[in-house]
Amino acid sequence: MSTTAELLKGAAELFPDEVVTQAHVRHLDLPKGAGRFALITLDNGLDHTKPTTFGPQSLANLNVAIDQVEKEAADGEIVGAGITGKPFIFAVGADLKGVELLARHEDALAIGKGGHDVFKRLSALAVPTFAYYNGAAMGGGVEVGLHCTYRTVSKALPAFSLPEVFLGLVPGWGGCALLPNLIGADRAVSVIIENSLNQNKQLKGQQVFDLGIADALFEGADFLERSLDWTASVLKGETEVARPEIDRGEAWDAAVQRGKAIADGKVHGAAPAAYRALDIIAAAKNGDLRQGFDAEDQALADLIMGGELRSGIYAFNLVQKRAKRPAGAPDKSLARPVTKVGVVGAGLMASQLALLFARRLEVPVVLTDIDQARIDKGVEYVHGEIDKLLLKGRVNQDKANRLKGLVSGHLDKAAAFGDADFVIEAVFEEMGVKQQVFAEVEAVVPEHAILATNTSSLSVTEMASKLKHPERVVGFHFFNPVAILPLLEIVRAEKTDDASLATAFAVAKSLKKTAVLVKDAPAFVVNRILTRFMGEIQNVIDEGTSVEVAEKAVEPLGLPMSPLVLLELVGPAIGLHVSETLHGAFPERFTVSPNLKAVVEAGKRGFYVYDSGKPELDPEVAALLKQGDAVLTEEQVRDRVLDAVAQEIRLMLDEGVVAEAQDIDLCLITGAGWPFHLGGITPYLDREGVSERVAGKKFLAPGVASVPA
Amino acid sequence: MPRTARDVVFVDGVRTPFGKAGPKGIYHETRADDLVVKCIRELLRRNPDLDPARIDEVALAATTQIGDQGLTLGRTAAILAGLPKSVPGFSVDRMCAGAMTAVTSVAGGVAFGAYDIAVAGGVEHMGRHPMGEGVDPNPRFVSEKLVDQSALFMGMTAENLHDRLPHLTKQRADEYAVRSQEKAAKAYANGKIQADLVPISVRRTSPEGGETGWGLATADEPMRPGTTLENLTGLKTPFRPHGRVTAGNAAGLNDGATASLIAAEDVARELGLPVKMRLVDYAFAGVEPEVMGIGPVPATEKALAKAGLTIDDIGLFEINEAFAVQVLSLLDHYGIADDDPRVNQYGGAIAFGHPLASSGVRLMTQLARQFEEQPEVRYGLTTMCVGFGMGGTVIWENPHWEGK
Repeated sequence: MSTTAELLKGAAELFPDEVVTQAHVRHLDLPKGAGRFALITLDNGLDHTKPTTFGPQSLANLNVAIDQVEKEAADGEIVGAGITGKPFIFAVGADLKGVELLARHEDALAIGKGGHDVFKRLSALAVPTFAYYNGAAMGGGVEVGLHCTYRTVSKALPAFSLPEVFLGLVPGWGGCALLPNLIGADRAVSVIIENSLNQNKQLKGQQVFDLGIADALFEGADFLERSLDWTASVLKGETEVARPEIDRGEAWDAAVQRGKAIADGKVHGAAPAAYRALDIIAAAKNGDLRQGFDAEDQALADLIMGGELRSGIYAFNLVQKRAKRPAGAPDKSLARPVTKVGVVGAGLMASQLALLFARRLEVPVVLTDIDQARIDKGVEYVHGEIDKLLLKGRVNQDKANRLKGLVSGHLDKAAAFGDADFVIEAVFEEMGVKQQVFAEVEAVVPEHAILATNTSSLSVTEMASKLKHPERVVGFHFFNPVAILPLLEIVRAEKTDDASLATAFAVAKSLKKTAVLVKDAPAFVVNRILTRFMGEIQNVIDEGTSVEVAEKAVEPLGLPMSPLVLLELVGPAIGLHVSETLHGAFPERFTVSPNLKAVVEAGKRGFYVYDSGKPELDPEVAALLKQGDAVLTEEQVRDRVLDAVAQEIRLMLDEGVVAEAQDIDLCLITGAGWPFHLGGITPYLDREGVSERVAGKKFLAPGVASVPA
Repeated sequence: MPRTARDVVFVDGVRTPFGKAGPKGIYHETRADDLVVKCIRELLRRNPDLDPARIDEVALAATTQIGDQGLTLGRTAAILAGLPKSVPGFSVDRMCAGAMTAVTSVAGGVAFGAYDIAVAGGVEHMGRHPMGEGVDPNPRFVSEKLVDQSALFMGMTAENLHDRLPHLTKQRADEYAVRSQEKAAKAYANGKIQADLVPISVRRTSPEGGETGWGLATADEPMRPGTTLENLTGLKTPFRPHGRVTAGNAAGLNDGATASLIAAEDVARELGLPVKMRLVDYAFAGVEPEVMGIGPVPATEKALAKAGLTIDDIGLFEINEAFAVQVLSLLDHYGIADDDPRVNQYGGAIAFGHPLASSGVRLMTQLARQFEEQPEVRYGLTTMCVGFGMGGTVIWENPHWEGK
């Protein structure tokens, strides 16, 4: 038994539940009489919905396949060897479940080394090797092909990426060392760093070819046939594979610098993976692959044993799995069909909702408002947005006609909602107004219709309290911009029944939103945490810390924008309103900043001016600020803010606002753009010791988003 | 409005390697539509001067038009092959003569002026769609004795043909079959066949048929080179005890597809497309379904008469070898020797296989190769028998003919 086999056997024992990929070796005669060829097919025996992955047993299988092919190559029985995947899938890389189980540095090192040891044999056979990227290829799937002499790619390939940095790893089975040596450092940085940190952007077949990763591109209809024909012509010397010279001069260093700037912009040094990957890319400049592979092994092992990767995998599982099976949602068979939607109000928010419902549900959507002019304006807005989609080619003319035909307005609620199954209100945020609207709507809708409210901070229970049928009211809280942010907080009010709630979840699914069930508590999840967070920032500013220090203090959290820029986006007046609401509910924790009040009263729309191209504190705002003399350091500010956030989350969990801490993180990732690589916030609070400092215990059990004990 | 019929030419033809039907066959896990789609794509690749938008029709044949052979295959395969959506298509069924009928029907359209260029071909995956799948013969066939029950079973009709022509013995059929295998092996050795084959990627997940994973079909699977008379003598006669028809002197059950380009001669010349054969005439004819193998005789008589030719004008024959006896019956009718060198020079379906509705174009592709090599020959014909008592014959002129 070779050492590689022993290494993998040991690793396989740690991961008994691996979905094992077979590596089938089959022989064929190449076209053009080019000779006998061995083709390895990676296949886990399941259909394309269960993509092929590499766990230790799978790597061992590939190792055995290569044993056979290596011997045949040495004995002159074959002229070449290839590797491809089952239909629609090449291979999507390491099995993350196996990675999660690793608890010891040496086991993590073994996985990195095991992969390298197997894959690199493909570059050392006595015959040329070919990878045929027939379908989805990610991570280790991409890397196994990089070790081959040549590559072809299918034009129909939908997704190709090295997503490791996105999750908190490095492409550690050859990706970091091989890719820059194949396509140059700059392009490699785009694939390994930029795409990964850009919400794990995927490449399509054409781009894989254009980047120079593949030497030939063929259409999906006869991809393998053309690839084998091309193989024959390469082996016969009829086709020469030309690759551009790699620039190993300053361009290489510049590419690494560009990668650092991208990483700084996204994670602000808070996640190590991108930087580790860049170090390896930088070192790969000398073309020494063995050194590069060793560095990959070390980086993999370190990162696997670090909390950041576990947070990344945790976030990945939240978004990929938990988001699809919302905790606490009733049985979906209870959901009633929704064939027509009503929207009360025709303002901007209402119009955006109308557009979303029309596009996703493809059912009639009727807007109402207090006068015809507002209604016309709302419908006109939606039609205008549909025209923009048409112009951008997102919908064709037929679809645009259909969507426009679906959206109409009516002054008379009875006529508008008489046959609606789902009516959502997006009127002014005031309890009396909303109660009156619901009473009017209830009078005209069918018995079974759901009444939904897009309120961000009012009590849904109170809103429903005066209705004959309060059981059909649900909260349906979207996040701005509605078309982009995936989160939808679905609020169960005191009397909401299961059928109404199930219908709400079914509608959310059709809207392609990530629905999270929340209790009818003030400001629900995202706004409550953000307001507490912002409130604490404002407190330290009010008490005397400079705006600059306060803003910088939370940079390591890697938020999509600084607190005051966010406040500007939300609008200081709305921010003030929400903080007043929460102050009303929890006066001991939520403050109302006098400085914010002053800014709002002065009619300012934000804290910054952008005359120099960078945000600078608006001198008029600076003049309004009345600060104390308690000046804190960045670290002190960060502690204060994180303590506040941890305290609030703990209280919310104790109140049962959501089922688990996981839902808090899912909300923050999908509704506020909080960083994926930190797993939202609770894994970070646990890791930094904040949770225990504030509440005496961690939010998550060991192993959930951390290295198992 | 007076019209002039246009000359119709066979521009090019290709086929997949033929496979054995069944769980061990090379195409057991390959869809039928994919087979014919890959043939169409190969035609386009081989003829880069042809703008696909110029194709006016896609006519594809299959006998069992359900599943991956259904859904108006001519249209769906056109889309799957990547032809512009402006190119229409339809499906054809005349059982074994499906592809032949696809060719003659688009040829009629070309001659009439309705089409300039068309794709015609066929597919039969007899593994996925065994003969008789889903059929529901009207009970009147039997109750009113419209046909004998044996008419539904092609092997039995071949036995019936032996009965009708008792001098066509099993010995002669077996000898013919041995020669077919020999000629096919020789044609392969001389590279006559491979040039018109489209390699097909084939997946196997069950080890029953051999190595698993992706492979490549590059040669006909049914071939049995080296077959001797002794090998055939003892074979079972599955259609009748002590009968004459065996697996050795008949084509097997096979999977495969073919496709061809048919065009108006002037258009082909204008676009610089090859002109491999010129259509002279064609005819289909009916016979008693119980002896369907005799079908080529009246079909050939009819086609020759329409063309104003006699059998002596025909220099090359491509006769489908559904059964050896059916070939022999045609040769016998015209007094042509069993081993006449003009007949099936590359061997036939007994060696290559006969995926029903696809075979017609295989005959044409092979005749086209022979025309190219034998410019002294002016006329050739392709002919085949068809289930339920039919025959079809197409007469072609060799554009390379240099005699006078």
